[in-house]
Amino acid sequence: MISYSGYFSQLLEIVVALASAPLLTGWVNVCRAWLQNKSAPSILMPYRTLHKLFNKDSILANDASPLFRMVPYIVFGCMTLACSIIPTLSTDLPLSPAADTIALVGLLALARVFISLAAMDIGTAFGSMGARREMFVGFMAEPALLMVMFSSSLITQSTSLTGIVENLVHRELAIYPNLAFAGVAFTMVSFAENARIPVDNPATHLELTMIHEALILEYSGRHLALIEWAASMKLFAYSCIGIALFFPWGIAQASNPLALILSIPILTLKLGIGGALLALIEMFSAKMRIFRVPEFLATAFLLAVIGMLVHFLLGA
Amino acid sequence: MADLISLDFILLVIAGWLFLGCCGLFVIKRTGFVTQFLFPLGAVLGVILGIIGLVSSFDSPQYAVLPLGLPNLPFHLRLDALSSYFLLVLGLVSTGVSIFSAGYFKSSGGSTPGLLCFEYHLCLASMALILISDDAYVFMLAWETMSLTATLLVMTNSRSAEARRAGFLYLLISHVGALALLLCFGLLQANTGDYTFSNMRHQNLDLMWASIAFFLALFGFGAKAGILPLHIWLPEAHPAAPSPISALLSAFVLKTGIYGVLRVTFDLLHIQVWWWGVATLALGLATALFGVVLSTVQTDMKRLLAYSSVENIGLMFVGIGLTILFRAYHMDVLSALSLTATLYHVAGHGAFKSLLFLGTGAVMHATGERSLAHLGGLMRYMPRTAWVILLGALAAAGLPPLSGFVAEWLLLQSFLFTPELPNSFLNMLIPIVAAVIALVGALAGYVMVKFFGIIFLGQPHEAKLYYASDADHWELFGFSWLVLACLLLGLLPVQMVSLLGQVTHLLVGHNISSTIAHNGWLMLAPVSEARASYMPITFVLMLAACCTLAYLLVRRLYHGRFKRSAPWGCGYPFLNARMQDTAEGFGQPIREIFGVFFRMTRELPTAFDKAPHYKVEIEDPFWGLIYRPIAAITERVARIVGMLQQGRISVYLLYSFMTLMILLMVVTR
Repeated sequence: MISYSGYFSQLLEIVVALASAPLLTGWVNVCRAWLQNKSAPSILMPYRTLHKLFNKDSILANDASPLFRMVPYIVFGCMTLACSIIPTLSTDLPLSPAADTIALVGLLALARVFISLAAMDIGTAFGSMGARREMFVGFMAEPALLMVMFSSSLITQSTSLTGIVENLVHRELAIYPNLAFAGVAFTMVSFAENARIPVDNPATHLELTMIHEALILEYSGRHLALIEWAASMKLFAYSCIGIALFFPWGIAQASNPLALILSIPILTLKLGIGGALLALIEMFSAKMRIFRVPEFLATAFLLAVIGMLVHFLLGA
Repeated sequence: MADLISLDFILLVIAGWLFLGCCGLFVIKRTGFVTQFLFPLGAVLGVILGIIGLVSSFDSPQYAVLPLGLPNLPFHLRLDALSSYFLLVLGLVSTGVSIFSAGYFKSSGGSTPGLLCFEYHLCLASMALILISDDAYVFMLAWETMSLTATLLVMTNSRSAEARRAGFLYLLISHVGALALLLCFGLLQANTGDYTFSNMRHQNLDLMWASIAFFLALFGFGAKAGILPLHIWLPEAHPAAPSPISALLSAFVLKTGIYGVLRVTFDLLHIQVWWWGVATLALGLATALFGVVLSTVQTDMKRLLAYSSVENIGLMFVGIGLTILFRAYHMDVLSALSLTATLYHVAGHGAFKSLLFLGTGAVMHATGERSLAHLGGLMRYMPRTAWVILLGALAAAGLPPLSGFVAEWLLLQSFLFTPELPNSFLNMLIPIVAAVIALVGALAGYVMVKFFGIIFLGQPHEAKLYYASDADHWELFGFSWLVLACLLLGLLPVQMVSLLGQVTHLLVGHNISSTIAHNGWLMLAPVSEARASYMPITFVLMLAACCTLAYLLVRRLYHGRFKRSAPWGCGYPFLNARMQDTAEGFGQPIREIFGVFFRMTRELPTAFDKAPHYKVEIEDPFWGLIYRPIAAITERVARIVGMLQQGRISVYLLYSFMTLMILLMVVTR
């Protein structure tokens, strides 16, 4: 049933995700430096950091259990699988029926649970605080993300991401009010989930407000490299989910294999714009107190639910 | 007679369990014989029961009449797909629990092992009898036997006041529930005087009486299952009982309530009305949210799991409510889908919750501690238990690819297909309900990270934990059985759903397994592949491949060197175990957000305290809202009635005389 072109596009997607995720992180950093009138680091900086970290010895705490050493690989595996399920380049993916949006959210939650458990493993104050905060952000962001995806499923009558993309591309251009709500909610969730500025600050260490950095404080060497790589793949995955749900035009389909060639520059363009916007929003917002985060996330959650309600109200 | 063979085998298993229980009475103090011989034999019978349940799911209903009991009141028995499925779950769960008990009861206080063995096997036998009973008389007989034996099992450790109190509370609530059930069966037989279920199936009650019967059943069975506000006995009984008993309570005794609701609503009643569905849905939703929120703030590990059971029961009631709703509008595919989700959750929850409760048993054996505040770091001392419990916790958190996720997936799918409901008000309700379900699922993840992280990870909070020893071989065997169940339920949903197809066919007249079988044995796609699909085996293989490849490539391209050193302590050299997060600390954000859900008393130290003291107490608000007022009223009434009782024989004679006078006046008039 599935043609070789399907396997090819699947493989291409995984390679593109693995290779270009650090580039996206680099691009966001460059944009932010420009906006802040600083001299920008090279866009390839994340690759150099990863290479440096991979070469270093890993230092494990005395009491670290095997779970602690396994988690970087599990998290990395989860993010790779997530990137291969999301239709970034093509909808002709043999892996796509394996997991729909609910399973995708479950996969991201699996990664979150594992990294939180690893943070609690050593038993330092920072680690367990980070784990608690990560789960705390997660328990509100996860249902909000699910509701955002359901908003699209209601329009397209499908919970499979490829199904959503194929359906949305073939519709005539129309503005769906519920997608507008979902879009705002999705942006807020992505900021929270990727540890970006209003919720967490990726540029600082050792503040009492940190979340992501507190989680991975005990990791070093190749383990840290894998986790950092997985974090940039998470950003890539979220950006691609956003593209698939709200700007799906340009993603190749099974009927037209040549579009696959065109889809790479289109994706680059979209991610470039998205990364610049991300840096811009980060520039204009201030870091929130951790106690304000629930309000932020509850707003996102409610917006997503209102989006679904609007769908029923307007009978779209 | 060949048809009857499965039912006969089930009766043999029940008789076998009764026999084992009675054997226990004869060797009442011989711990070795009871634990090493009788409990494993009980487990073998459990396996047999499970196999019979599996085989007979595909048969047509079988009937039998046993000339037992009172004259003219024989036992009517019936084995259909619904009972077969629940028997399968009972067999599955009881096997794991029985094997574990063989190790657990070797050394524990309380009742003598023989007595325990008697109560335990009697409880199992009565539950099996509930599932095959086909008249109200034998049903109530088995139901009461189950309640009584379960109470005795909860009170195993009868020297502690906590256990006695919990046992009393459980007995009280199950009897209030049983009263409602009696009334419900009384309505269902519609003045014919014939209490067999086959008679009830043929009665056409009008809407009002059917509604009253339905809500009586919801109340009566809900008391057993633990819906709001009747859940109050769960967090008391589970911590007080020995762990295998808590496992059995949570994994199956609660499910008999679900079985009862399904039996009455879809089998005995001939109509289903949409607002019954809405009421059940709302009740289930409230139960689920309340349960999970209370579960996040608990500091006792078994109480935490008890509230998590409340949450799961709530989700099952949500599924039942949805099924009724769809059934009322004759949307057969959707009602079959949501019923499948509910039934899937019954088995999934049975497997992972018994695993988790047994895990707490192993921890208590090793450390003697139940409070999360004193545990920690056990992964180093009990690695095998820790890995097993990690799997159980992931399943309980509803994460793919384990058993909890499939049920949640099916439930959410049935919500997403809802928009075709003819009632626009209901259509608006659906997204809100789906949002709450998603929130409950995410909070369950929070609970499980807290549960596993505080017990097994970090530094031990007390010195005695350094000497904790891992579970023994019986206990590990019991664990492995249930882990296997969790994995199979997670990885083979298609096979499981086709089994459930028989049950949905019986109850709501539709079988979704043919659509699913159409897509092959790997892919779970309840309606069509384009709409939604999930392939757990592919999913898990790809995940494993990604992780392994990453590992191998890192080793190949770079290196695998590491050094050990002390954790980083911000330059502070005196790190100790008291600096890590406690169970209370982990629940703190939830306490802040969901403050309205519970009653909290807190004592904070001031800066000038000589001996600073911090205390937080969290109480279930339903004690204050419902139970204490009822208790106060009962006490006041009792005091008024008590005034009659003077304790002097002359006064009592006066009462008798006056009663006689009044009666005579009534008669002669």
